[in-house]
Amino acid sequence: MNLNATLFAQLVVFFILAWFTMKFVWPPIMKALDERAAKVAEGLAAADKAKTDLQLAERRATEELRKAREAANELRGGAERQAAQVLDEARAEAARIIAAARAAAEGEAEAAAQRAKEALRDQVAQLAVAGAERILRKEIDPAKHAELLDQLKAEL
Amino acid sequence: MATEHAPNASEYIVHHLTHWKSATQTSLVDWSVFHLDTLFYSITLGLLAVFLLARAARKATSGVPGRFQAAVEILVEMVADQAKGIVHSPESRKFVAPLALTVFVWIFLMNAMDLLPLDLLPNLWAAIYGAAGHDPHHAYMRVVPTADLNATLGMSLAVLLICLYYNVKIKGLGHWVHELFTAPFGAHPLLWPVNFAMQLIEFVAKTVSHGMRLFGNMYAGELIFMLIALMGAAWAGTFGSGLLWLGGVIAGSIWAIFHILIITLQAFIFMMLTLVYVGQAHESH
Repeated sequence: MNLNATLFAQLVVFFILAWFTMKFVWPPIMKALDERAAKVAEGLAAADKAKTDLQLAERRATEELRKAREAANELRGGAERQAAQVLDEARAEAARIIAAARAAAEGEAEAAAQRAKEALRDQVAQLAVAGAERILRKEIDPAKHAELLDQLKAEL
Repeated sequence: MATEHAPNASEYIVHHLTHWKSATQTSLVDWSVFHLDTLFYSITLGLLAVFLLARAARKATSGVPGRFQAAVEILVEMVADQAKGIVHSPESRKFVAPLALTVFVWIFLMNAMDLLPLDLLPNLWAAIYGAAGHDPHHAYMRVVPTADLNATLGMSLAVLLICLYYNVKIKGLGHWVHELFTAPFGAHPLLWPVNFAMQLIEFVAKTVSHGMRLFGNMYAGELIFMLIALMGAAWAGTFGSGLLWLGGVIAGSIWAIFHILIITLQAFIFMMLTLVYVGQAHESH
């Protein structure tokens, strides 16, 4: 319990140790701690940002999906409409072609009938002349009676 | 211990309370004498402390810390937080905070010497001393440096010097001297001596109590370990002495466990008071 020079030795050692700690121990540890704190803060901020980014991306994806669905629907509706239109047109065209064909056929048939009638008229006229010749046994002058025959032909 | 005759209780304790000195000390105060054991253990433990801290500091990375680094970091953060709360000047903290860390770790290690078996190092020393051709009865060794008033007062004096330094640095010499004579009672010339006396008393009381508190706690703790050891040493083959031996084991365990708290607490208190005193040196009255 006596006081002696140990006291001053201890005092000096105290300062040396404190100086050493100040110089070589404290700064690197504090630096590491601060850096880690910054890193953690950065990490947390990045996580937050990632979370909001994810939300944003999800929202955008939903929006895109909705748009795509709408576009598809529209497309399908358009296609259906167009198909129906094409069908209608085709149907109309077909009807038109059929009608034209029928008209052409009818016209042709009529002309043929007309031609047949003409031929028939000629033959009937000749037959009638021949018949009359035979009946009258007398030669009939075709030139003389042409007007009469034509009249007959028109009547047929 | 001696083979011819076992020391009685008082001899045992006196032997344990005697320092290994560079010379015999006759007066209460003798500045020519060193306590070699105190110096040896405090310097060794001080070097161990800064070595451990420096090792952690050298490997310190901002990545994932290992267990050792994490432990040191917890300690450093604790000290840094305390320093931040008490010393408000960041410039001063650059020195004061590491100082507080050193104080805490160093004093903790010195206090922890109390937990070693009481006779382990002294007996080893006696064996070495005897082997070197000296009388092993005079191989004195006290292993707890903080149970030496010189060590604790040395440290508290160092803290006082730091306080004086910051008083001058922060307030300026003139302002500080002015404060010495005008605080706490007032600037009236008649009050100057009273003020100055009060300031002196404050500084002395702070410093002495700072050192004495640690010393008293560790000295008392050491003494109780000795008494418990004596109790255990009463073993003589009889039933009664067997009970005493058992009591020694139980009391020793309890006291050692309790002492874990004390050594940490005292190291912490010394550190906190260091910070508080330095903090006070920054504040004007």
